[in-house]
Amino acid sequence: MLAHLPILQVIVPLIGAPVCVLLSRASLVWLFALVVSGLSFIISALLLQQVLMSGTIIYELGGWDAPWGIEYRIDRLNALLLLIISAISTLVLLAAQTSINKEIPAEKHTQFYILYLLSLTGMLGVVVTGDAFNVFVFLEISSLSSYALIALGRDRRALWAAYQYLILGTIGATFILIGIGLMYQMTGTLNMADLAARLPEVAQTKTVLTAFAFVITGVCLKLALFPLHLWLPNAYTYAPSIVTAFFAATATKVAFYLLIRFTYSVFGVSFSFTALPLQFLFMTLGLLGIFVASIAAIYQTNVKQIFAYSSIAQIGYMVIGFSISSVTGLTAALLHIFNHALMKGALFLALGAVVYRIGSVQISQFQGIGQQMPFTMAAILVAGLSLIGMPLTVGFVSKWYLLSALIEKGWWPAALLILIASLLTLVYVWRIVEVAYFKPPLSTHSTVNEAPLAFLIPIWLLVIANIYFGIDTRLSVEVAHSASESLLQAQGLVIP
Amino acid sequence: MLMGLFNNWVVVVLMMIGLYIVIAHGNLIKKIVGLTIFQTSVFIFYISMAKVDGGTAPILMANVTKYANPLPHVLILTAIVVGIATMALALALTVRIKEAYNSIEEESIQEQNTKQASELDELDPRSDKY
Repeated sequence: MLAHLPILQVIVPLIGAPVCVLLSRASLVWLFALVVSGLSFIISALLLQQVLMSGTIIYELGGWDAPWGIEYRIDRLNALLLLIISAISTLVLLAAQTSINKEIPAEKHTQFYILYLLSLTGMLGVVVTGDAFNVFVFLEISSLSSYALIALGRDRRALWAAYQYLILGTIGATFILIGIGLMYQMTGTLNMADLAARLPEVAQTKTVLTAFAFVITGVCLKLALFPLHLWLPNAYTYAPSIVTAFFAATATKVAFYLLIRFTYSVFGVSFSFTALPLQFLFMTLGLLGIFVASIAAIYQTNVKQIFAYSSIAQIGYMVIGFSISSVTGLTAALLHIFNHALMKGALFLALGAVVYRIGSVQISQFQGIGQQMPFTMAAILVAGLSLIGMPLTVGFVSKWYLLSALIEKGWWPAALLILIASLLTLVYVWRIVEVAYFKPPLSTHSTVNEAPLAFLIPIWLLVIANIYFGIDTRLSVEVAHSASESLLQAQGLVIP
Repeated sequence: MLMGLFNNWVVVVLMMIGLYIVIAHGNLIKKIVGLTIFQTSVFIFYISMAKVDGGTAPILMANVTKYANPLPHVLILTAIVVGIATMALALALTVRIKEAYNSIEEESIQEQNTKQASELDELDPRSDKY
């Protein structure tokens, strides 16, 4: 059984999705989906343990050897991502039943869970597979279900957001497909490890350069890297709260994983960072993204939209860490993936609780909810502080690593700009805090009280994780550090 | 040189036509048409990649040693299915958009969205929209 964990990771939610149709009652479906997601969480925890104990796991599908058959390959990076995705998915599902009762018509509940599990399958599949074409297929499984999930939002703008996301997402995925085709044309293989071995021979050709450009552009579209982020704010704002919480914490992380996987493992660092001015490009786009998105966030009136723009800014931090291409930089990026999932998961779930009670996330509706929903608002406050980078929260840890990586390289201006950008984060978080705590409650909200426990438990689990991993950084830092070390080590850039 | 890469030229031209339609047209159905042309160009790219000069279909036969590469065909079969699923979903979304906005022109939809947003700013506190 233990030997088959890599495939079970994908199979469990994949089989779970159609089984949902057979269950009659919506509450039963919810319980089933929760169990399925919980199972995949247990599997990924076991996988992480195995990887930390005994190194990379290679699983050959159908017993065929790697370059011919498809292999699933799990190293520390994959294992970390799997853990993040399945953990967030399980926590979000805990709150799902309460939330969607309010936001989605009853007859669509079963469909919701089916789509949710399919989306989870796709994300886990992208991370687990070691085959370039499989990446495309799993990416499309998760994307197609996410378009449908976003369209379930009750505002009609959700439909428009889903349509825009569909167009841009498909263009991105097709770019990746073209890139994979070009790579196959040059090397005759689709296996990532095999590609990595064969690409250096043909690295000088224009075809490989084109393949690289296509793959990177496609991934960046999926990643919502500034300026390819246009689909993200609306998609996050108008999707049902549960869907937003799930995607904000996982979907862009999966795309970011692909970016790391393709540049560091498949093409190799020496090619990736010399063939194109990638370092300069990503550093500039990251910094620009942080500032443009943070300033845009300040001017929004919809709190969900504020944090959607903030997500684009946070992607900027990850990309900067990535572009430093040193162990510390990559560690910072991976840490921020992990930490950002915790922050945004908590924030968007708490916003889901606000929608549940108040029915709106316009900032004017937040008046006085600090008194009416103290626990929910406190969660938003702590997660917001984490977003700013207060000490004792996870946000501080990842920013600390990012800054030390920048200073290590001697890039002071970038480090300074990041510190200034933190102040912008403070501005938009403070706007919400001010309205919620220092204004009297609206008369129309006199009956509003604390969110139900079904919400508070997952929210506070995430908030406590925010604080816990901000103080005890051993697990997250160790995994992130050893993952980035092994990524660079494979290139012979770090002497063990 | 030019003729040797004939298939690739077709692919590139189709790709550009497809992308241009997606970007330039405001009609949602036309955008989907453009997207489909764009995807189809990639299908052609994969299929022409599989061609081996003088090779036959990859079926075991006597007296034949040269076969076309079957793998890209298999791959692109998957991609075609994905493309169909995407198109179906896009068309379904368009139907829903038509019901909700009574239009499938991007301009008109954007206009209605900005109007809805400015109404929200004046705010009815019990507004169900968010």
